[in-house]
Amino acid sequence: MPQVFSPAMNAVARSSIIAAVFLAGAATIAFGALYRSSFVTQVNNPRPQTVPFSHRQHVAGLGIDCRYCHTSVEDAPFAGIPPTETCMTCHSQVWTDAPILEPVRRSWDTGKPLEWVRVHDLPEFVYFDHSIHVAKGVGCVTCHGRVDQMPLTWKANTLRMSWCLECHRAPEKFIRPRDQVFSMEWQPDEPQETLGARLLEEYDIKVGQLTNCSVCHR
Amino acid sequence: MMLHNPRRSASKILRGLAGGVAVLALAGCHLDMWNQPKYKTLAKSEFFADGAAARPLVEGVVPFQVTTERNPRYSGVDEEGAFIPRIPYHVNRAFLERGREQFDIFCAQCHGRTGQGNGMIVQRGMKQPVSLHDPRVKGMPHGYYFDVITNGFGVMYNHAARISPRDRWAITAYIRALQLSQDARVDDVPEDRRDELSGTPNAPAASDANGGQDDHG
Ligand code: HEC
Ligand code: HEC
Ligand code: HEC
Ligand code: HEC
Ligand code: HEC
Ligand code: HEC
Repeated sequence: MPQVFSPAMNAVARSSIIAAVFLAGAATIAFGALYRSSFVTQVNNPRPQTVPFSHRQHVAGLGIDCRYCHTSVEDAPFAGIPPTETCMTCHSQVWTDAPILEPVRRSWDTGKPLEWVRVHDLPEFVYFDHSIHVAKGVGCVTCHGRVDQMPLTWKANTLRMSWCLECHRAPEKFIRPRDQVFSMEWQPDEPQETLGARLLEEYDIKVGQLTNCSVCHR
Repeated sequence: MMLHNPRRSASKILRGLAGGVAVLALAGCHLDMWNQPKYKTLAKSEFFADGAAARPLVEGVVPFQVTTERNPRYSGVDEEGAFIPRIPYHVNRAFLERGREQFDIFCAQCHGRTGQGNGMIVQRGMKQPVSLHDPRVKGMPHGYYFDVITNGFGVMYNHAARISPRDRWAITAYIRALQLSQDARVDDVPEDRRDELSGTPNAPAASDANGGQDDHG
């Protein structure tokens, strides 16, 4: 039987083994990079909306409190997205002719709700509740970043399980006094360790259970 | 207000791939658990004509707190339809604190923190409301304020959907406190705290927490 492979193929075979290992490694790294990239996590990617609502203008510029629009954030799992009526409270009087507010006026006239594209969207096998976090002193800014500087809203954190757990393992690194939850600028005036440890006690946060799977998957 | 998911973002597809590569041959790639056949709050719906999963109230429903329509707690008026001259809750410091918080969230942008009617939105073109310290407004019974928040007044929209009845009374109580504060005289301040009025505004406040002055204000 004639030889199928010439002796030169030995080198090819050897190098292809190395190449396969190398390729697999490169693919893993590339996948890892992609998995963490903002293309996948959508972190820092502003979402275009039908009405270009700007938190920078309304929160930093006009000084409106988060709860004026996100009314249920203290009492419910869902933070609440303002109905058209809330926008019209002001925009029936100010900027009444602005073309960019046309969809708001149309929604008010027709009664058809405004559509917003979700910026944050946890998978549906995850349970999340705003009210408990607000009650235990986790600031909006800790999870959502400097919303008051966003001309269009974007995600400041991945909202991946590893991110939730980073805090659920050691909430004392992040919590603040309750009355500062809505502040975007608050800085602790004592070391975070001492403040965190004190608040942990004061708010009766039971750290041990916070990493149980059933807290978030129920 | 209606929220919809940008249909199956790249993130999920990639993650599906990651977890699924091994089982792909056996089971195929499913994202059923990411997007379960249920509505999240305010989701978009293909089923209802207005496209929203959140349904408006059926005509004629009565909120469960409203035991009788004529309960002044929820209407601010008595049987004859006159504004009630009292606050149907026990007013203490905590109630006033709640009132201040709610006032600063919902009213201050227009009426200003002190109720003068010079809030930020007014400076940007909102009609200027009469000052809450105006003698006519001040002379109104408590129920009037509750009614304005519940039903609106002139160009001011109602805030019934945004503020619970109890908080509307808390705001009313706080407005009363504001009105009193505007023509307060030195005599109104307890003697042992008068020196706080001159300078060093924050220094003595530390004693507040354990000073047992809860009934003050
Ligand atoms: C004047 C009303 C208003 C105020 C005040 C306001 N928001 Fe919003 N917020 C909106 C609207 C409308 C949207 C939906 C459009 C968008 O995503 O930008 C929104 C969206 C958001 C989202 C993203 C929701 C999603 O789709 O996942 C976050 C987070 C948020 N707001 C946080 C805050 C915080 C924190 C504050 C206070 C510092 C605040 N908002 C104050 C009206 C408001
Ligand atoms: C408390 C009053 C208030 C509420 C509530 C409010 N706005 Fe505004 N908005 C303003 C004012 C005042 C301006 C003008 C901005 C300025 O002068 O800095 C404005 C400006 C805007 C602009 C123009 C921004 C630009 O310059 O391009 C848009 C768009 C807008 N608002 C959308 C909304 C939407 C959508 C809502 C409801 C979720 C809303 N607003 C709720 C007061 C309000
Ligand atoms: C512990 C982290 C955390 C804190 C603190 C937090 N949020 Fe959120 N927020 C989230 C997550 C996670 C979501 C996505 C929920 C989902 O997809 O179901 C979200 C979603 C939202 C939304 C969209 C509507 C919704 O509920 O899904 C708004 C609006 C919002 N947050 C506003 C706020 C405001 C205002 C505060 C401060 C009082 C705040 N959040 C504090 C994590 C947080
Ligand atoms: C910055 C800190 C922080 C982050 C980030 C955070 N949490 Fe929490 N979470 C807390 C604290 C503090 C509590 C209150 C624990 C207690 O009451 O003992 C809590 C409580 C909860 C609870 C209620 C537990 C119960 O017993 O009912 C749920 C559910 C929850 N978190 C889900 C999440 C999810 C899902 C995420 C990620 C999307 C997340 N959290 C991110 C700090 C955080
Ligand atoms: C603090 C909240 C929290 C706790 C506690 C938690 N998870 Fe998760 N889990 C999440 C979130 C948020 C996701 C969303 C997936 C993502 O983006 O990482 C998730 C996703 C998952 C997934 C889907 C895989 C993926 O990442 O796509 C699995 C499996 C899972 N969790 C298992 C567990 C198990 C097992 C435990 C207990 C050891 C646990 N989780 C505890 C928040 C939590
Ligand atoms: C968006 C701006 C805005 C907000 C927010 C607002 N108001 Fe008003 N309010 C007005 C304007 C403008 C008027 C005058 C209406 C008119 O004369 O047509 C008014 C009138 C009033 C009056 C009647 C004064 C009179 O002349 O008898 C009262 C009382 C009042 N507001 C209380 C409140 C309270 C309490 C809140 C908070 C829950 C509030 N308002 C929130 C703009 C606002």
